[in-house]
Amino acid sequence: MNNEKKKKIVINDKVWLLISLCAALLVWYLLSLGKSTGRSFPFVEKVVPSVGTMIERGAFWKDIGSSMFCVAAGFGLGFVTALPIAFLMAWYQPVQKIIEPWINFIRNIPALGYAPLLVIIFGVGQKPAIILIWICTFMTMSITIYQGIKNIDVTLIKAARVLGANDFDIFMKIICPATVPFIITAVRLGLGAALTTLLAAESTGAQAGIGMRIRSLSNSFEAAPMLMYIILLGIIGLILVKMVDIIERKLTGWQEKIN
Amino acid sequence: MAGEDKLIKLKIDNVYKEYQGRNGKTVALNGVNLDIRENEFICVVGPSGCGKSTLLNIIAGLLEPTSGSVYLDGKQIEGTGVERGVVFQQYALFPWRTVIKNVMFGLEMKKTPKEEARQTALKYIEAVGLKGFENAYPKELSGGMKQRVAIARAYAANPEVLLLDEPFGALDAQTRVQLQTELLNTWEKEKKTCFFITHDVDEAIILAQRVIIMSARPGRIKRIVEIDIPYPRTQETKSDERFLQLKAEIWNEVYQEFLEVRK
Repeated sequence: MNNEKKKKIVINDKVWLLISLCAALLVWYLLSLGKSTGRSFPFVEKVVPSVGTMIERGAFWKDIGSSMFCVAAGFGLGFVTALPIAFLMAWYQPVQKIIEPWINFIRNIPALGYAPLLVIIFGVGQKPAIILIWICTFMTMSITIYQGIKNIDVTLIKAARVLGANDFDIFMKIICPATVPFIITAVRLGLGAALTTLLAAESTGAQAGIGMRIRSLSNSFEAAPMLMYIILLGIIGLILVKMVDIIERKLTGWQEKIN
Repeated sequence: MAGEDKLIKLKIDNVYKEYQGRNGKTVALNGVNLDIRENEFICVVGPSGCGKSTLLNIIAGLLEPTSGSVYLDGKQIEGTGVERGVVFQQYALFPWRTVIKNVMFGLEMKKTPKEEARQTALKYIEAVGLKGFENAYPKELSGGMKQRVAIARAYAANPEVLLLDEPFGALDAQTRVQLQTELLNTWEKEKKTCFFITHDVDEAIILAQRVIIMSARPGRIKRIVEIDIPYPRTQETKSDERFLQLKAEIWNEVYQEFLEVRK
């Protein structure tokens, strides 16, 4: 895209990625040199070995395992509850009229705000964390899927009807496939919500977890492993997004894209 | 004339339709009566807002008239039915289905055996000149090709009446002319009753045996013009003296209605 016309140098996307990575490392290096910024941004040679340190302390795998368990369980519950609720809202107006305003209301409250309420009910540990992620992902996904169903082109339904489709056919052969792209968007947003909620969720007195560890390392001023954990969060996010991309390409290749 | 003695396929009997809007009710159709003969090609022209789309939707069974009825072969219609196929202006192809899967949809609903459905679909895909595109998705097709698929899909379901709602309205002039010719060829072969809505007077005259001119607010039939130009008609027909006469006549009526609407 940015290839210069005169010299005709075509730079491969992978090369661009490498250049981008080098640029980031350079910025990181400069930050590590600064007197005050250096305290928060120790350079690679200190951050990478901290993986080993954390494994030695027996925390690293436990933290990842615990966090991923909370995200998977919370997101899974959110997904299986959001899907039917979204369809119910689209189908029966009273359901939508009663539920939607509250979803929108609660959705705008930061999870950190009501996390303590869950601790009071469920005590400390993974349970309130999972429930908090469940609530957040449910809110995001139910609204997204609901709006998707609402936006299905009615002429497609008409076209199916005049070709002899009954209500069941219309649901299975029109509504369902037409909703798939919105479900994927919902999954994408839901996973994002799950990760951002993770930190709030693990503030509820978790024993392990990436969010909990970042907090505890910050209390003991251990910048290198803390930075490592923050980067780890980013990498996990990236992997999840890539996974959704692959699923999307498989399922919605038929979709018209505006490039 | 085109089959005076033929059976009445579709009878539109005193159809009245009003919409309840925010500022009271609007009368979309005010007592429309029309007999359409078997195998007849009817074109409906009129300014936007004359209720021509409403009428098509009522015949299709997608809308219910406030009063009055539509009869197919003497039987009052209720809801949609496979004997009335529809081609929409916006193609309405199922984007997640390939061309052949789109064309097979109606057959699938009828529970036609798969291989038989495939063969029928292939036949119509070939008839509309899309051989080789069976496995393409709608996003890979141009507007004209999409509408060809929609026409093949409607034909494959084997309706007795084909309802076309400004099917070529969104296409460029060349593609439109091409599709008109193709549609005429198919109509002459398949002999289905066609009810075709358009705002293009040329298109109406080149296609139809009778052109229905509708007036607006409230929508009703203003005049019916017999098009006494023999088939096969081609694009050269458009320079015939008779064509130009009819065009001037119909255009004048439509334009008056257009001015009415503007007021």
